[in-house]
Amino acid sequence: MSTTANQKAGIGSVLWDYLTTVDHKKIAILYLIGGMFFFLVGGLQAMLIRIQLIVPENEFLSAQFYNEVLTMHGTTMIFLAAMPLLFALMNAVLPLQIGARDVAFPFVNALGFWLFFFGGIFLNISWFTGGAPDAGWTAYAPLSVFSEGHGVDYYSIGLQIAGFGTLMAGINFLVTVINMRAPGMTYMRMPLFTWTSFIASVLILFAFPALTVGLFLLTFDRLFGANFFNPDMGGNAIIWEHLFWIFGHPEVYILILPAFGVFSEVIPAFAKKRLFGYSSMVFATILIAFLGFMVWAHHMFTVGLGPIANSIFAVATMAIAVPTGIKIFNWLFTLWGGQIRMTSPMVFALGFIPTFTIGGMTGVMLASAAADFQYHDSYFVVAHFHYVIVGGVVLGIFAGLIYWWPKMFGTLLNEKLNHWFFWLFFIGFHLTFFLQHFLGLMGMPRRYWTYLEGQNLDLFNLISTIGAFFMAVGTLVFLYNVVKTQMKGEKVSGDPWDARTLEWSIPSPPPFYNFKQEPLVRGLDPLWIEKMQGNGKIQPAEPLGDIHMPNRSLTPFMISLGLFIAGFGIMYQGGMWVLAGIGFATTLGSMLYRSLKDDIGYHVHKEELEEEGDGSNG
Amino acid sequence: MAEDVLKSGDLPENPERATLEGRNKFMGFWFFLGGETVLFASLFGTFLALRNSNAGGPAAEDIFGLGLVFIMTVLLLTSSLTSVYAMYHMKNNDFKKMQLWLGITVVLGLGFLGMEIYEFYHYVHGYEFGFTTSAFSSAFYTLVGFHGAHVAFGLSWFVALMIRNAKRGLNLYNAPKFYIGSLYWHFIDVVWVFIFTVVYLLGKVG
Ligand code: HEM
Ligand SMILES: [Cu+2]
Repeated sequence: MSTTANQKAGIGSVLWDYLTTVDHKKIAILYLIGGMFFFLVGGLQAMLIRIQLIVPENEFLSAQFYNEVLTMHGTTMIFLAAMPLLFALMNAVLPLQIGARDVAFPFVNALGFWLFFFGGIFLNISWFTGGAPDAGWTAYAPLSVFSEGHGVDYYSIGLQIAGFGTLMAGINFLVTVINMRAPGMTYMRMPLFTWTSFIASVLILFAFPALTVGLFLLTFDRLFGANFFNPDMGGNAIIWEHLFWIFGHPEVYILILPAFGVFSEVIPAFAKKRLFGYSSMVFATILIAFLGFMVWAHHMFTVGLGPIANSIFAVATMAIAVPTGIKIFNWLFTLWGGQIRMTSPMVFALGFIPTFTIGGMTGVMLASAAADFQYHDSYFVVAHFHYVIVGGVVLGIFAGLIYWWPKMFGTLLNEKLNHWFFWLFFIGFHLTFFLQHFLGLMGMPRRYWTYLEGQNLDLFNLISTIGAFFMAVGTLVFLYNVVKTQMKGEKVSGDPWDARTLEWSIPSPPPFYNFKQEPLVRGLDPLWIEKMQGNGKIQPAEPLGDIHMPNRSLTPFMISLGLFIAGFGIMYQGGMWVLAGIGFATTLGSMLYRSLKDDIGYHVHKEELEEEGDGSNG
Repeated sequence: MAEDVLKSGDLPENPERATLEGRNKFMGFWFFLGGETVLFASLFGTFLALRNSNAGGPAAEDIFGLGLVFIMTVLLLTSSLTSVYAMYHMKNNDFKKMQLWLGITVVLGLGFLGMEIYEFYHYVHGYEFGFTTSAFSSAFYTLVGFHGAHVAFGLSWFVALMIRNAKRGLNLYNAPKFYIGSLYWHFIDVVWVFIFTVVYLLGKVG
């Protein structure tokens, strides 16, 4: 099971290892590879969009193809890049941060990954079978219902499969945090990344089923002649918008909260101070999540819900700025008077704070319903959400990846290249999106394929496209860094950043059972406490004993594969119905197998453990 | 110790929560039901928005008869009660009686499902009220059909567990499985109470 054994093993056995793994650290790597792959695909689509818009009346892409690229860019980035990359971080560190040997549901965790994986592949097969979805990532009815071909069917079924996976992952993290914490790891001692991931999981649990239903209705309308969104038959297209945004607004907080968590780890570590206002951070996180469910209609101000509904949703939306502001100030106060080390994760954090603040500010502008009639569906909205998503979520993901890279792989990414990556990406980002605020205010609608000459839109669009190239080059620098670092394979210690939390108290990468003995947690930032008051090592909470571990399993892969196959049957119908039969039989058969076959795991015996060092980071 | 969970007899008082795995399952399943609640809430919301949108097709008061639905309600509510008995016997470590009451639960559930299929058949053939007839019909079949599918899934789950464990009896490994099966069954039952009220009662008198 040790890493050296893996390196010697052939490609076939490595593949089998990853296909059947239920180890959260390996699942993290799977999520990382999957998420990065789709991040690059989505990035390529972004470049195509910006090249099309570089000059007025450009014909680089056809209008139809542009719609497909635009739709897939948004869908891919949200569902197939940002979410899995966050899950990669959560899987890699959340159990370690709470001193757990494993997650609550290792099997379900693997299932979550494979569902995401097959959902993502399913969506992208549409490129090769007659056209990708083309109704925008929000797939508003009735456009999405009447969109020709099967593109939107790939959207509704692909996201359905991936969405089940997200739900599985969310439930797993919820129970992991509640039931698997080490002795002494009380809720109010949990690291902020664990807290925010925990709350994001609550949001997943209550938000994703609304999307599930929306996607079912869309599928039924398109493929089975239902009339949910068809006004001729009594249907109502606005139902889609409600369901989508009841899911969609919590979704943006599902994305940003874990990123907030990353920065709340990075900033104390490199300011050498405990997080300022820890309990208010926890409180603000919960408040954001709570309010996040009550603001969905701010995406629908122009629908005509009436002035009263609009006012209520406007006020609720603006209220979210308060807990968000609390967080911003807490980060600033943590920096205040700290011994700041300008490592690359810290530089990402420092870039994040002003960028995200601008995004929040435009958010409050959008939230004033009357003004939103001007901003809505213009490039102003595009600028807003890229400031929060790229300036918040994406910077957070990369800060987290760089910060925890040593924990995941035992190597340290080259700091110089990390800084290059940051500056290229950061400057490119502001070049690309800052001017889009003004493009929007000047009346450029979002999602249009092209624009006319002589409307003063040319220069800003040109600059925006140039910025996008900077971001692309920055990303390539990061990739180069990853390849270079892994080729070199230079190992670092278990605690290369001199950090504060539990995950840094064990070797990098950790043994498959994480903690040889359950750690005893004596307060917030437990490792730092031991460094200051003890011998720098976490004290064990139990004598050395046998460790229970789960068995590997191919079943999660099979369950997901079945749904993937069934999707084609449902979509193409006719003779292809047989695929639905095969697919559902595979899925249900695998579930039955899972339910009926005893799977009680195995034990690593004390004697084996005694041979392998003391389990600390040294 | 790992093998101990497969031993039957001499179980603690709450066998479904005696192991960490059992407690995890128990809690994870509660969360899952929380998600299911949002799923059905979304379906109910959609139905409420479309319940009068029959687009010239049959309307609720034209087709619903409360008699059959009342019997279905009684069957399903009773089956919830019988599954409680089954869990009671599980806690008393009486496997035979647990199986018996689960068997009764399954029979009642099958009765419910059979009547639902008859009901749908009747609507389609007696009233030409199909899935594609109107927005109302789509919403009706989707909401009630999702519930029906849950019933069918729950029944298959119970039957599978009963057959699998018939010979070896209760142990710490399968007790949580039976228990969350019954949780699921209660949830389905509660959803039906809402369907009965929102779809049928409101459709008939509202
Ligand atoms: C203070 C916090 C925020 C406020 C007040 C706010 C407000 C708004 C409003 C009112 C809109 C609708 C604009 C329109 O379509 O006319 C909007 C759009 C959007 N926001 Fe925010 N927002 C905030 C933070 C965030 C965060 C943190 C994220 C994501 C991480 C985010 C992601 C988005 C997205 C993706 C859209 C556009 C969706 C679309 O139409 O495609 N927002 N925001
Ligand atoms: Cu929103």
